[in-house]
Amino acid sequence: MSDVARDGEALQGAELEARLHRTWSRAPGLWGWLTTVDHKDIGRRYIYTAMTLLILGGALAAAMRLQLATPESGLISAARYNQIFTMHGTTMMFLFAVPVMEAVAIYIIPLMVGTRNIAFPRLNAFSYWTYLFGALLLWVAFALNVGPDAGWFMYVPLSGPEFTPGKRTDIWAQMITFTEVAAIAVAVELIVTILKFRAPGMTIARMPLYVWSILVTSIMVVLSLPAVALASGMLLADRLIGTQFYNPFEHGDALLWQHLFWFFAHPEVYIIFLPAMGFVSQIVETFTQRPVFAYAALVLATVAIGLLSFGVWVHHMFATGLPRLGYDFYTAASMAVAVPSAIQIFCWIATMWLGRPRFAVPLLYVVAFIVTFVIGGLTGVMVASVPLDLQLHDSYFVVAHLHYVLIGGGVFPLLGALTYWFPKLTGRLLSEGLGKAAFWCVFLGFNAAFFPMHITGMLGMPRRVYTYPTGMGWDALNMMSSLMTGVIVIGGILFVTNVVLALRRPPDAGPNPWNAPGLEWAADSPPAPYNFEHIPVVSSHTPLWEEGPLNVMTGLRVDDREQVVTTAIEAQPDIRYPSPEPTLWPLLSAVALAALFIGSIFTPWAVVIGAVPLAVGFTVWFWPKNAPDGEPVIE
Amino acid sequence: MSAPVRFVGDLAHLPTHAFGPRSITWWGILGFMVVEGMVFALAIAAYFFIMDKEQSWPPIPISPPDLRAGTLFTVLILLTELPNRVIKNAAERYDISTVRFGLVLMSIITLPLLVLRGFEFASLGVYWTDNAYGSVIWMLLFLHATHLLTDYGDTLVLTVLMFTVHGKESNRFVDVSENSLYWRFVWLSWLPIYVLLYWIPRWLP
Ligand code: HEM
Ligand SMILES: [Cu+2]
Repeated sequence: MSDVARDGEALQGAELEARLHRTWSRAPGLWGWLTTVDHKDIGRRYIYTAMTLLILGGALAAAMRLQLATPESGLISAARYNQIFTMHGTTMMFLFAVPVMEAVAIYIIPLMVGTRNIAFPRLNAFSYWTYLFGALLLWVAFALNVGPDAGWFMYVPLSGPEFTPGKRTDIWAQMITFTEVAAIAVAVELIVTILKFRAPGMTIARMPLYVWSILVTSIMVVLSLPAVALASGMLLADRLIGTQFYNPFEHGDALLWQHLFWFFAHPEVYIIFLPAMGFVSQIVETFTQRPVFAYAALVLATVAIGLLSFGVWVHHMFATGLPRLGYDFYTAASMAVAVPSAIQIFCWIATMWLGRPRFAVPLLYVVAFIVTFVIGGLTGVMVASVPLDLQLHDSYFVVAHLHYVLIGGGVFPLLGALTYWFPKLTGRLLSEGLGKAAFWCVFLGFNAAFFPMHITGMLGMPRRVYTYPTGMGWDALNMMSSLMTGVIVIGGILFVTNVVLALRRPPDAGPNPWNAPGLEWAADSPPAPYNFEHIPVVSSHTPLWEEGPLNVMTGLRVDDREQVVTTAIEAQPDIRYPSPEPTLWPLLSAVALAALFIGSIFTPWAVVIGAVPLAVGFTVWFWPKNAPDGEPVIE
Repeated sequence: MSAPVRFVGDLAHLPTHAFGPRSITWWGILGFMVVEGMVFALAIAAYFFIMDKEQSWPPIPISPPDLRAGTLFTVLILLTELPNRVIKNAAERYDISTVRFGLVLMSIITLPLLVLRGFEFASLGVYWTDNAYGSVIWMLLFLHATHLLTDYGDTLVLTVLMFTVHGKESNRFVDVSENSLYWRFVWLSWLPIYVLLYWIPRWLP
């Protein structure tokens, strides 16, 4: 055992780097691209894919606004409009918002906790391919004019076999299965990475706030996403093999769908929103150059939001008729979520107040988030009260509210975080000037486009209508919303231009361009395949702001992919863990899974037949490849 | 990472594997069990939701499923915990011959379970297409059957693996131990479903 090469006094610097490169680099060329299990490769492609879907979903939004700009417009037919708003909502919620939040975490979390790869890296690769196939299924179907058209929450009986024959809904339901499998897999990886791969010394009470928010989010994913997978599985069964879950004529119940769906979809909003809170905490810390105010309160607030969000799904169903006490309970619980949210906002403002804020682009997005989110939160508290909800339900007021929360609470912090971590992703800084121009277009355009929708809604304009008669007092407001959507689009184009221009410059950002405190900034920009030459040791939640050189531990093998496993609470070093090698089998297994899922839209036998290649794929995937090599073997 | 560093400790002496919560495999299995446990819990909630809308359970004129196959299945699957426990303990002692023997035994005694599961489907007394009651009890039984099948597949692969050279790697003993943990989940999750399928319809008016 002593003749194995390990890092240490005798092996460091250039020699160590060269040997670690040999061990951790992916194979060259296409083969390497297809087989990689590096969390940075997978995370980056997850981010690019999710952002592409944001652009596609945004294009559909622009199409809708074009149609709605003038009354009685004939640009888009009613049937096509149904498909477009369904595709927009579905793409944004299932293919953009949740995946992009997980994507950033896949890239950043292993770096931030000071380890060399994510837990279960092959599952991570598998998850990406599964997600990609789900996205392709939906968008290819849309291109072939068989896209779903019953709204992003697919209420039965409208989406059931009597009212929506054909394959549209089945495609939607299987897209759900793909994305839920992918998202749950990533959540498990992230939980295990956070609990077991933290750098020695990073006790649970020293985890950066972003790590906390991803831990809570991932637990929420694990608990809530099975609900929508089950619900859509039952919907498929009703449609394909004649089960009666949602059919009232055979004693099924349409409300069963709504309960299962919102048991998932309300937490989903927080699954989007909590990682965004994590971004905000990191950005505020770095751009005020001081540890965030009241760390413990922020942690507790994050956990409290996670817990509360499971108690309130029924507030989406006030219009369905519920027991009296139910109304009161769910209203109170919904409003209770406002308390921890307010605590968080207070802590961030206090941090800015006490520090020396530098209003670079990431911090601007944080300010935009705070302003927008407070408005969205207020309208949320409004619709949480039953009498108001019964009035505003299904009007444009709700469209305004949900975009204030999702764009203000999700997309703004995301754009801030992408700007903030861009050097870590690519080795380059984005231009401040272009970044600011994009920021103001997005922020002002957004408010100018969506604020009027509150009023359009109160004036009675229902959502999900492909056109409206003139003379209702809605014309000017709609025109305003549509024109200002153009400003958002310009902002988006500026953002993308900024990225493209930056990528054409040579990488020159340096490891820590913002003087940020997190461990991810101790690695190169972009990081080497092994992330860290030596395993860092930390003694606070802002390790890079400690005095003196970075503390590290040595002794991991350099000729084999090794990671250190630490104890879950105290982060004491415990095990040297052999990290899996690259392989094609996750991709092949995902192909087999895709064949099974897509086949099952057409015949239930696909499940039986498709199980065979899938089982083969998984078996080869898990079969150990190398002969046992020196590490403990039992005699 | 060219910044200066200070060496404060060495990891070379750490072991390369451990059992239970110290091992990464254990956490992975735990993750699966929580996800699948959630699916079962929600499916059970759906059962009660549908039951709540009915005048009688099972709805007239359907009679409750025949008890024989399901009860025999339950007794047998509870008995499998004995060899399962022996395998788990043997794995944690690196006792490869007992592990091999136990895995072969498990692979064999799961077969009658699969046959009994077939009889269970046949004795439900209702089709999934008949009404929501039929749909939900078929779903519960089907969900559990998929777990039974996947774990059976796992066990077969693991059995073969333990007879190859890889069987002597210490991390394979961790795999065996955690596979036994998963089997516990399979039989534990069966118990509530057994009650729901066979007994609730008998206890209710
Ligand atoms: C450029 C920005 C955006 C614009 C202009 C926009 C526009 C719209 C419009 C006009 C509708 C209403 C369709 C109707 O009721 O007829 C809508 C619905 C919706 N949007 Fe957006 N949207 C944008 C971005 C987003 C983002 C980023 C998300 C999520 C993260 C999102 C999620 C949704 C959802 C869930 C619906 C409901 C779909 C349904 O009714 O089934 N939107 N959007
Ligand atoms: Cu909600």
